[in-house]
Amino acid sequence: MDDAPDLRAHPVRGAVGAAAAHDSAHKHVAGAAIYVDDIPEPPDLLHVWCVMSPHAHARIRSIDLADVRSAPGVIDAVSAADIPGKNDIGPMVAGEPILAEGIVEYVGQPVVAIAATSIKAARTAGALARVEYDVQPAVLTVDDALAQGLFVAPPVEFKRGDAAAALARAPNRLSGTFRIGGQDHFYLEGQVALAIPQEDGDLLIHSSTQHPSEVQKMVAKVLGLAANAVTVEVRRMGGGFGGKETQPAMFAAIAALLAQRTRRPVKLRLDRDDDMMITGKRHDFVVRWQAGFDGEGRITALDMDLAARAGHVADLSPAIVDRALFHADNCYYIPDVRLRGFACKTHTQSNTAFRGFGGPQGMIAIEEVVDAIARRLGRDPLAVRRVNFYGTTDRNVTPYHMVVEDNIVHGLVDELERWADYQERRRAIDAFNRTSPILKKGLALTPLKFGISFTATFYNQAGALLHVYTDGSVHLNHGGTEMGQGLFMKVAQIVAEELQIDVDRIKISATNTGKVPNTSATAASAGTDLNGAAAQIAARTIRGRLADFAAAHFAVPREAVRFRRNEVEAGANVVPFATLAALAYRARVQLSATGFYKTPKIHWDRDNARGRPFLYFAYGAAVAEVLVDTLTGEYKVTRADLLHDVGHSINPAIDRGQVEGGFIQGMGWLTTEELWFDAKGRLATHAPSTYKIPVASDLPRDFRVRLLEGARNAEDTVHRSKAVGEPPLMLANAVFFALKDAVAAAAGAAPSLAAPATPERVLLAIEDARGGAATP
Amino acid sequence: MSSEGRSLNDPIRFALDGAMHEITGVAPTTTVLEYLRGELRRCGTKEGCAEGDCGACTVVLAEPAPDGGLTYRAVNSCIQFVPTLDGRALITVENLAAPDGTLHPVQQAMVDCHGSQCGFCTPGFVMSLFALWHADKHPSRNAVEEALAGNLCRCTGYRPILDAALAMGKGAAADRFDTDAATLRTLLGRLARDTGLSYAAGGTRFWSPHSKAELFTILAAHPDAAILAGGTDFGLWVTKQHRRFDKIVWLGRLAELQQVARDGDVLSIGGAASWTAALPHLAALHPDLDAYFKRFASVQIRNAGTVGGNVANASPIGDGPPVLLALGAAVVLEGAAGARTLDLADFFQAYRRTALRPGEIVAAIRVPPLPPGTRFAAYKLSKRFDQDISTLAAAFAVSIDDGRVAAAKLGFGGMAAIPQRAAAAEAALTGQPWSLATVQTAMAALDRDFRPLDDLRGSARYRMAAARNLLLRFWHESQGNVATRVTAHG
Repeated sequence: MDDAPDLRAHPVRGAVGAAAAHDSAHKHVAGAAIYVDDIPEPPDLLHVWCVMSPHAHARIRSIDLADVRSAPGVIDAVSAADIPGKNDIGPMVAGEPILAEGIVEYVGQPVVAIAATSIKAARTAGALARVEYDVQPAVLTVDDALAQGLFVAPPVEFKRGDAAAALARAPNRLSGTFRIGGQDHFYLEGQVALAIPQEDGDLLIHSSTQHPSEVQKMVAKVLGLAANAVTVEVRRMGGGFGGKETQPAMFAAIAALLAQRTRRPVKLRLDRDDDMMITGKRHDFVVRWQAGFDGEGRITALDMDLAARAGHVADLSPAIVDRALFHADNCYYIPDVRLRGFACKTHTQSNTAFRGFGGPQGMIAIEEVVDAIARRLGRDPLAVRRVNFYGTTDRNVTPYHMVVEDNIVHGLVDELERWADYQERRRAIDAFNRTSPILKKGLALTPLKFGISFTATFYNQAGALLHVYTDGSVHLNHGGTEMGQGLFMKVAQIVAEELQIDVDRIKISATNTGKVPNTSATAASAGTDLNGAAAQIAARTIRGRLADFAAAHFAVPREAVRFRRNEVEAGANVVPFATLAALAYRARVQLSATGFYKTPKIHWDRDNARGRPFLYFAYGAAVAEVLVDTLTGEYKVTRADLLHDVGHSINPAIDRGQVEGGFIQGMGWLTTEELWFDAKGRLATHAPSTYKIPVASDLPRDFRVRLLEGARNAEDTVHRSKAVGEPPLMLANAVFFALKDAVAAAAGAAPSLAAPATPERVLLAIEDARGGAATP
Repeated sequence: MSSEGRSLNDPIRFALDGAMHEITGVAPTTTVLEYLRGELRRCGTKEGCAEGDCGACTVVLAEPAPDGGLTYRAVNSCIQFVPTLDGRALITVENLAAPDGTLHPVQQAMVDCHGSQCGFCTPGFVMSLFALWHADKHPSRNAVEEALAGNLCRCTGYRPILDAALAMGKGAAADRFDTDAATLRTLLGRLARDTGLSYAAGGTRFWSPHSKAELFTILAAHPDAAILAGGTDFGLWVTKQHRRFDKIVWLGRLAELQQVARDGDVLSIGGAASWTAALPHLAALHPDLDAYFKRFASVQIRNAGTVGGNVANASPIGDGPPVLLALGAAVVLEGAAGARTLDLADFFQAYRRTALRPGEIVAAIRVPPLPPGTRFAAYKLSKRFDQDISTLAAAFAVSIDDGRVAAAKLGFGGMAAIPQRAAAAEAALTGQPWSLATVQTAMAALDRDFRPLDDLRGSARYRMAAARNLLLRFWHESQGNVATRVTAHG
């Protein structure tokens, strides 16, 4: 797949490698981009509001909706009893209701859905719902669930060698407990679905979803329809980040249920508070670990338990815990290792996919181990990181028995160390800290290695559909969804490159289950790898047909047909691409093609925790520097240097946007974004007034970002590019460990710091470390 | 003519798309955002939070400026009620590009710098930048960060948006609003009212009196009417708590209450003056107050929210009261029976309860100058530097005479059910030598003053530890030999 025409000197507009603007940039800034809630509203539209559980855990004794149904403006109200099909949208494990059935298991769980002529009427009527509960004891935390042995899926274990024996003979041992907070997606556009009845009882659903095929499947299941009766379309989302992978099915299904019953169009758009109360988030984890290591800090043995708060049902938690384990090695070889993963059942929102999908939690856990070892030995953490790096020819097998074949971490970290002037700054910061009693600086360099492919192998497939019209314009469709990450533009650039036409001749179209079926979620960073490859295959099919036709039409050898810059050369004949398309049509050449791609090489035996779950790894590293006020815990990230590997970039501007955006989002996760639940399990941080994602001034004033130059994917991906959606989030680990570095400088001892490192946690970590409290 | 005697059916009139736009029959608690998206189906402006925190709904209000031009103020349309548009020009993202589609310089800069990804927050950023562009074509990075503190983006990490803001001045030097300023001023002149607006729809009455006389007449007849000032909290009572109001009196058009002026030595801030109007005057009192109040919410909120509202609200975590307590401010309460002045410390009585009597409003806040020889500082702690509600706010005014503390006013927020001075700590300081030992005694005395809040913004342990340490920081800063502060704009 690496034989793209070599015409870099005169490329078409928007060719592969061009830093072209996002396809919708002009519409974004003009307010002209249409999101689901902006679609012109059909007449007779109804709006939905859900009555939510006030209890973390209770039996539902009775539901009486008589007064709701007779309230002004109310057209219909439903509970679980009104569902004609199966009340189950579990993506992995059956039994996940859209409306609570017999039992509520978190504060905010939808119990009743009301359709009314306005959202105000629906909400007002909600107060008239009479739901009686028998409150039950609630399990709210990982610790409580672990103590009671409550899980949403069986625990998993990765192991190689004998960790217990290796620990016993290790020259040094250290153990600790590390708490990692969750994170709300805070996509700016909340969950929304618009269901419009069609003839024959069919439904057209506009959903803000990363996974239209799953919405289609779940709506059909809930309503008792065949999948072909449900069409799901999404042009764009106002952000997704994993929060629109499984979560939209609930809202689409509720809207569809009410549309089916009322035979009217129905919109369900959550306001921010309801969205944050109802939907799952990034899993918070509690990690307990024990490590053995030598005098250099080289890890000889690791026994680590990673326990996630899954929430009330499984959702994707088993796969997320798996991915945490897949990344609990990060870039480090661990000779004897046992990793255990627990998806703990709690009476809280069902936590779900979020950029990194458990990977960030696994990765920061091993970074915590390495950092603790370095502090125990009094060595610079970078030196300890280095001695643990995977080798390229030996010491290169992961805890899941996959050989790391494409390791570039040594060179990448060396380059970043030089470029960021790490050693000089290390010395300068140590000097500053010796003379500054109140303000302290911290510095850290962290690397990352992130596995690319869905670990459920069958998801690694994609389809595309390409039409060329007789005027030479092109219609492009594929199974990927656009959530801001620039996928649509990158795929269009790949097609522009193949057909050698300007990218603006290609119409990017909404993802639609009627066009490309049985699609995978746009997730796992794999959107371009999968859909770009599928579209490339479709484009090559059409190019091949056109080349065959041109050779015959102009009576030249096929090798004499070349596509370049909106024209086609056939020997001495040069015609515009559009002319050739028109000629081909009249010659009855098919100008429409599908493309289908499946990722090669991968396999995963989940029962035995062995295999090659990933086609390749993405790499990156970051240096962060912080300034901390040891009297208040306030801090500022003053500089960050990011070096990230995107392989051969299809669009460097878009890729850089992913790197920067991922870093800042990761920084938010590890610093200011704190999910705070009260003793009754009520989330108190359910709006931006209380839940604090980064703002403009949180961006480091000195912010240096580079894509690794001259990089090419060692595997045969589309244009040798690499996935970029999730990995850069983990560059932010550097921020956390820089904060820990500053805390250590202030306390003069190895601190215990949990994530997110809010100013409060920073100050209390300093106080505790100074007070000689236990350290990890 | 009294408002009472007039029709209840004055239409709301404002300028939109260069023409007069009238609203009747729309409930007065309808937000501008709801009106744009719901009634007009003008969907460029987005809802991200409905509480004035994310900025996706940002629109710009234009009004005649004293210099003959126009002022452009960014506000959150999600918490502005439609009657507050009366007499103003509403500019939305749809208005910025030229009729031929040519983008406004701020829009073009956003495209050129790759400033949008998902695009949902983008209209709000564009409108904040548009307002900034009209004030300053070549803003500093600090000014940009300040202007954008009320706009959240979850995709880009902000770098390309900051680049766009710093590059926007390279585009055209004037836009269509500059070209058409005279026409718009003329239109706004035609919309000006001599007396207050009286409007009703959907079972809610709304008055916008133009004079105190009008106001007190209305309040006398309708003592149950709710007082609306900037709406930055009131708006949430509607959008978040879904409360219903039958009668609302808005102070936003009452010129007498908008004044910020010197009265001798005393700074007098009208009860309905916005934080934007008051900020330069407060900043002139002490450099800390510039930085402190620039961390008060966002530009959009400060453009709408009022000093009087912040005080009358009596929130234990408002940013205004701790500073005003340390400055020894007084509050002027006025009703039909006349005005009375109260020390601010006596105004706050219990959680969300004040000395206001029915029919009274906060007419002014009077801030005396700092006495000579007074050391002053204002500190705010929050999870995030910009646009966050305080975990803890503190302002200290300590007068030192001949090495001894002559007087101390220590105002705190977030430490009790009301904004409160630390009486025990003040007593521990007063009359003592200004020394580390004295400060340490005062730090310990805070235990007697406060049982701090323990909530999502901070634990009681953190609040107490940080409160003590802020006194220690104040001491260190008085000695002037060590660096003590981390700032957002570092």
